[in-house]
Amino acid sequence: MDVAIVGVGLHPFGRFGDLTGIDMGAIAIRNALADAGVEWRDIQFAFAGSYEIDNPDAVVAFLGLTGIPFTNVYNGCATAGSVLSLAADTIRLGEYDLGIAIGMDKHLPGAFTSDPRLYACPSWYGELGQFLTPKFFGMKINKYMADHGISSQTLARVVAKNLRNGALNSNAFRRKPMSEEQILGARMLNHPLTQYMFCSPDEGAAALVLCRADRAHRYTDRPIYLRASAVRTRRLGAFEVHSPWLPIEETPGPTVDASHAAYEKAGIGPEEVDVIQLQDTDAGAEVIHLAENGFCADGEQEKLVADGDLEIGGRLPVNTDGGLIANGEPIGASGLRQVHEVVLQLRGQAGERQVPGEPKVGYTQLYGAPGVAGVSILSV
Amino acid sequence: MARVPIAEGIFTGPDDDPRLIGSRCTGCGIVTFPAQGSCPRCASTEMAEHRLAPRGRLWAWTTQEFPPPSPPYTGPTGDDFVPYGVGYVELGDEVRVETRLTRAEGLETGMEMELVLVPFRTDGDGNEVVTFAFRPVG
Repeated sequence: MDVAIVGVGLHPFGRFGDLTGIDMGAIAIRNALADAGVEWRDIQFAFAGSYEIDNPDAVVAFLGLTGIPFTNVYNGCATAGSVLSLAADTIRLGEYDLGIAIGMDKHLPGAFTSDPRLYACPSWYGELGQFLTPKFFGMKINKYMADHGISSQTLARVVAKNLRNGALNSNAFRRKPMSEEQILGARMLNHPLTQYMFCSPDEGAAALVLCRADRAHRYTDRPIYLRASAVRTRRLGAFEVHSPWLPIEETPGPTVDASHAAYEKAGIGPEEVDVIQLQDTDAGAEVIHLAENGFCADGEQEKLVADGDLEIGGRLPVNTDGGLIANGEPIGASGLRQVHEVVLQLRGQAGERQVPGEPKVGYTQLYGAPGVAGVSILSV
Repeated sequence: MARVPIAEGIFTGPDDDPRLIGSRCTGCGIVTFPAQGSCPRCASTEMAEHRLAPRGRLWAWTTQEFPPPSPPYTGPTGDDFVPYGVGYVELGDEVRVETRLTRAEGLETGMEMELVLVPFRTDGDGNEVVTFAFRPVG
C-alpha cells in the first residue's frame, strides 16, 4: 500500500507570546486541510507529536470531536519523524484512506534540561552540569573536525547559508543574514560552537495530510509519494548524548541505520536525491549528517561547502528553508516542517527558494536525544 | 572542613590515590561507568564491581563556557562560574568515561590524562564536595 502526501500546512516558527502550542497546532491543521481540499470530518485517524504538550490531541476541541483514533507521540528529538512513520504505516495497514500527521511545540528559550534520572542517568551527572545537550554537539563536531580535516570556517559558512535561506522564508524565525565573521566572532558556548552556530528551541506547528496513493488524485493533481519512512534508535557503541560512558567498540549512529533502511525501502540511492533537509541542531550536525546520510565521504564537506554545493542553486541543496538554524526547533513540529519544505520543492511551489531543474526526489533526516533518528524519502 | 564525594560509589576515597568505580559484566566482559546492575549488551544481571585505570588518552573534548541550567546543576553560577573542559577519556582498552577536565585551554585529542579529585562546591554543612576530573599528565 503506497502513501501519498496531499496536503501540507504550517504555523510560522518563532515566538508568539500568549498563543498556545495547541492554538498553533489548530492553525497548521486548518492550513493542511485547506491545501488538501478536505474537512476535519474527512480525517479518519491522527497522530500528534509534542514534547511540552501532554495532550496535543486536545486540539480536537477546536476542530471537531469526531471520535477517531488519535494517538499522542513523544519520541525525543525524532518525535515528528515518528509521527510521520506511524501515520504512514497506518495507511499501509489498509484500513484507512485519509489521515493526518501533526506536530506542535512551545519551548522556553535556553538549553533543554530535565531530571537525569528520567533518562537512566544518575543524579550526580546532572548536579555536575553534564546533563546538557549543547556540550555533546560540541564534543562531537570537535572530534569530527580533528579526525576529518573540517575547519571552523565551514561551520560559519553553513550557518550563513541557512540564515540566507531563512531570509527567503516568511515562516522562519531568524530572517536576518549574518556574515561568517559575525558568526565566528560570537560568544563561544562549547568549543568550537559559538552562540550563532546553535539553533534555538522555539515555537511552531506543522501538519501533513496523508492518503492511500491510489486515491491521491481525488485531492490533488500533484501528490507527493512517501517512498520510505524509517525511525531507528542507537545501537551500543554509538556516540550519543547523555552517555556517562561509551564502549571502546564504536558503531555508526542511528542516522546511518535509519538512512540505510529508508534507501532500501525506497529503492533509491543518494545520487538520485535532488533536495535535502538535514538536522542542523548546530552547524556541525549538518556537516556530520551529510556523510551519515550518504551524500559525501567523511572530510569531503570542507570542499562541498566552500564550493557552494549546498546552496539552493547547488548540486546538493540542503535546508532550503533555513533548517533548524533559521527556523528554530519546536521538537514536535520540526521534522514535519522538513517534509513540508520538501513537498513544496517537489511541487515547484517554493517561490524564491525553489531549487531549479524540477527536483523529483527529496530526503529528510532528523536526529537527537536520546540517540534516535528519523528519515523520509519523497518523490513526485 | 571535611571532604565529601559528590555521590557514593563512583570513586574510591576521597583520598590521594582515587580510582573510578565501574562494573564489568561477568557474562560478556563489557565495562560500564558508573556501575550498573545489568548489562547493556547481553542483559545479564551478573555484574561485578570493577576499578578503572587512573590514566588514559583524551578521546573527545569541548569546553563548557556558560553555567549549565539549574536545576539540576548545583555548581557555581553567575560571577562564580569558571569555564571548564569536558570530554571522554579512554581508559586502557576497557571503557571511555565522560569527565570534567581540569582546564579549558590547551586541550588536544590524544593527550595523556590522569584522574584527580577536584572541589566542586561547598554544601550546606560547610563540607567541600569533591568530584572526579582528569588533568593532562606533565
